[in-house]
Amino acid sequence: MNVLEIRDLGVDYLSQTGAVHAVADVSLDLRRGEILGLAGESGSGKSTLANAVARLLRPPAAITSGSVVYHRQDGTAVDVLALKRDELRAFRWKELAVVFQSAMNSLNPVSTVGAQIDDVLRIHAPKMSRKDRAERAVELLQRVGISADRRRSYPHELSGGMRQRAAIAIALALNPEVIIMDEPTTALDVVVQRDILHEIRALREEYGFAVVFITHDLSLLMEISDRIAIMYAGRVVETGTAEALHRTPRHPYTLGLLRSFPRLHGPREELLGIPGTPPDLRSLPPGCAFHPRCGRAMEECSTRLPLLTRGADGADGADGSDGEVACLLNGGRGVEEAS
Amino acid sequence: MIVLEGRNLTKHFTSARGPRGRLGRRPPVRAVEDVSIALRAGSVSALVGESGCGKSTVARLLAQVYPATSGDLLLRGEPVRAHRGAAFRDYRRQVQLIFQDPFSSLNPFHRVRYHLARPLRIHGHARSDEQERTMVAELLERVSLTPVEQFMDKLPHELSGGQRQRVAIARALAVQPVALIADEPVSMLDVSIRLGVLRLLEELAKESGLALLYITHDIASARYFAEDITVMYAGRLIESGPSEALTQSPRHPYTRLLLESAPDPDRVTPPDATRHGEPPSLIAPPGGCRFHPRCTVALPVCSSEAPGRTELGEGRWTHCWQAETPDPVAR
Repeated sequence: MNVLEIRDLGVDYLSQTGAVHAVADVSLDLRRGEILGLAGESGSGKSTLANAVARLLRPPAAITSGSVVYHRQDGTAVDVLALKRDELRAFRWKELAVVFQSAMNSLNPVSTVGAQIDDVLRIHAPKMSRKDRAERAVELLQRVGISADRRRSYPHELSGGMRQRAAIAIALALNPEVIIMDEPTTALDVVVQRDILHEIRALREEYGFAVVFITHDLSLLMEISDRIAIMYAGRVVETGTAEALHRTPRHPYTLGLLRSFPRLHGPREELLGIPGTPPDLRSLPPGCAFHPRCGRAMEECSTRLPLLTRGADGADGADGSDGEVACLLNGGRGVEEAS
Repeated sequence: MIVLEGRNLTKHFTSARGPRGRLGRRPPVRAVEDVSIALRAGSVSALVGESGCGKSTVARLLAQVYPATSGDLLLRGEPVRAHRGAAFRDYRRQVQLIFQDPFSSLNPFHRVRYHLARPLRIHGHARSDEQERTMVAELLERVSLTPVEQFMDKLPHELSGGQRQRVAIARALAVQPVALIADEPVSMLDVSIRLGVLRLLEELAKESGLALLYITHDIASARYFAEDITVMYAGRLIESGPSEALTQSPRHPYTRLLLESAPDPDRVTPPDATRHGEPPSLIAPPGGCRFHPRCTVALPVCSSEAPGRTELGEGRWTHCWQAETPDPVAR
C-alpha cells in the first residue's frame, strides 16, 4: 500500500567545475498513512530529495535519473516527474503539500493567516463559495489549536509555534494524501516542539495522510516516526522501523549517531561520537562514502560501493522488521550488535 | 575558586520605537531580572532555558557587551566597572565570549592566521612576527586543527562548521582568559560534530583551569558536560543544582516540563498530550511566579507573590512555593 514510490532518484547540482551529486540512487517507499522519518546531517541530501519529490527544484539543481510515482486512492498511478505545469498545480496541495522549516519565511508577511488559507482554497478549489471558504479557514485553524479570531492576524503577530501551526493548517487545506515536513520544529523550543509533534500525530490519526518528516535530530525522529531512512552523502544508507533502528542499528553511521547524543535518562554512558567530518560532495571518497570515518572499515569498503539490501540472504530481520542497510560488513548485513 | 560572579543582575531594554505607555514612556522589556550566577575555575556550569528566556542576555552582561540596569559584576571578588578604555580591554583579556554561529562570527575576508593574530597583537601577547607565528601555531594545536600549516592560511569558507567553531574557540583562547562564556556553541553544528567541540571545551576547562559557562537549550547535553546546571525561565533563575541530581529529580515544575518535552527515544512512558502554551511576554510578565500561567500545580499564592529562593541542600536551590513538597506533580 504505497502512496509514493521513489526509484533510483538522482539529483545533481550543475556547476562550472562539474556536477555535484546531491542525491544518488535513492529508492524509498512511503506507505499510506505512515510517518516516514528522513534523517541526515546538513549536506546529506535530505532536503534536496524532498524538493525533488515536490518538484520544487530550481536550476542549477536537476533531476538526472529515476522516477517518482504517486498512487491515488482509486488505484491510478501518477508519474510525478512528468507532470506539466497545470497538472502540477492540481497535484500540489490536493495530493501533496509541503511545510517548510521557517514558517516566518513561508508565510506571506503582508497578508493575514485567514487570507492565506483563503488564497489556497480559491485557487485549488474554485467551486467553493466565499462563505464555505471562510468556514473552512476557521475550522482548519481551530483544528491545529489556533482560536478563530486569530485568522485576522498577520504572521508577525503570532508566536513561532503559532506560525508553524498556521503553516500546517494551510498544508491541510485540501486534505492531501502526503505532507512533506522539512524540519518543521527546528526553530522551536522543546516544549512547543512537543506540542506540535502531538498535533501532527493527532491530525494524522484523524485525516490519514502520510508524512515525510525531515530532520537532523534522530532522537526526535525515533519518537514520532513509524519508519526511518538514514541518509549520508546523498544516499540512503539504512531504513527500518523506528524501534528496530533504535534497538539494533545496522549501519555503522546510524550506530555512531545513536552513540553521539547525550541521553536524559538512565546511567550516563560514555559518548563515542563519530570521528572526522562529513565528506565534501564535490570529491566523495571512493567506495562507501562513510569508510574514512568508520571504525569497522575493511579494505573492500574503499573500493566497492555497498548497495541498499535486506542483507545477504534477502530475508527479513529476526524481529520481522523489513529494514535495509547499505554496508559490506558481515556479508552485507551491517553491524551486528545492540546500540 | 569563584572567578566571575554576577550578583542580582537585572537588564531592562527600552525600545526606540513602539507604542508609548503611561506618561509617554515606552514600556521596557524585562529581559533579565535578579540573576545571580557564579563561575568557578576549572569547572563547567550550564545555563539552560528556552529561546527568549534571557540566557544570551546574561552571557552578554557577564562579558560586558552592555551594562546591567542594576546588579554587580565581580571578577575574582573585585567589582568591575569598566565599559571603555584600558580597563575595559583588561576585562576583555580575562573574560571571552564564543558565539552560536561560526558562519557569521568570523570575517569572511580574513585568513585563520589573521583571526588569531589580531587578539595577540592588540592585547600585547605577541611582540614579534616570529613570536606571533609560534603562538598562532600553538593555538591551532590546542583546538586540534592539525596540521597547523594547512589551516593557518585558510579562509573561513574553506572550513566546515565544526572547524570554524574551533577557530572561534582558539581566538577566544588567544588572550589567555580566565573565564569563557560559550553561548550555544554547538547548536548550529551537525550532530556528529557537536561531541568533539563540547569535549574540547570540557578539556580546556579541566586542563587550563578556565571557568566555563555553557549556555544551551539542550538540557541533555548540559547533563553530560556541566557539573552544575541553572535553569532560567522568562528572565529569572528558577532552579539550580548539580547536573545529575537536577536532571534526575527536578524540583521545579518548569524543569520537569523541560525534561519531559526533550526528545528521548529511551522514554518508557510517552509524555502527556496536553497543550502547554508558550512563554510569556517580557514587556508585561505575569505577576508572582512567572511560570504560574503554564504551571499545572499552581496555588493562589503563585500569581500574587514571586517565590524566594529555597535552599534544598547539596548545592541545590529553587524558586517555587512548593519547593518543600518533594514531588508536587505526584501528589
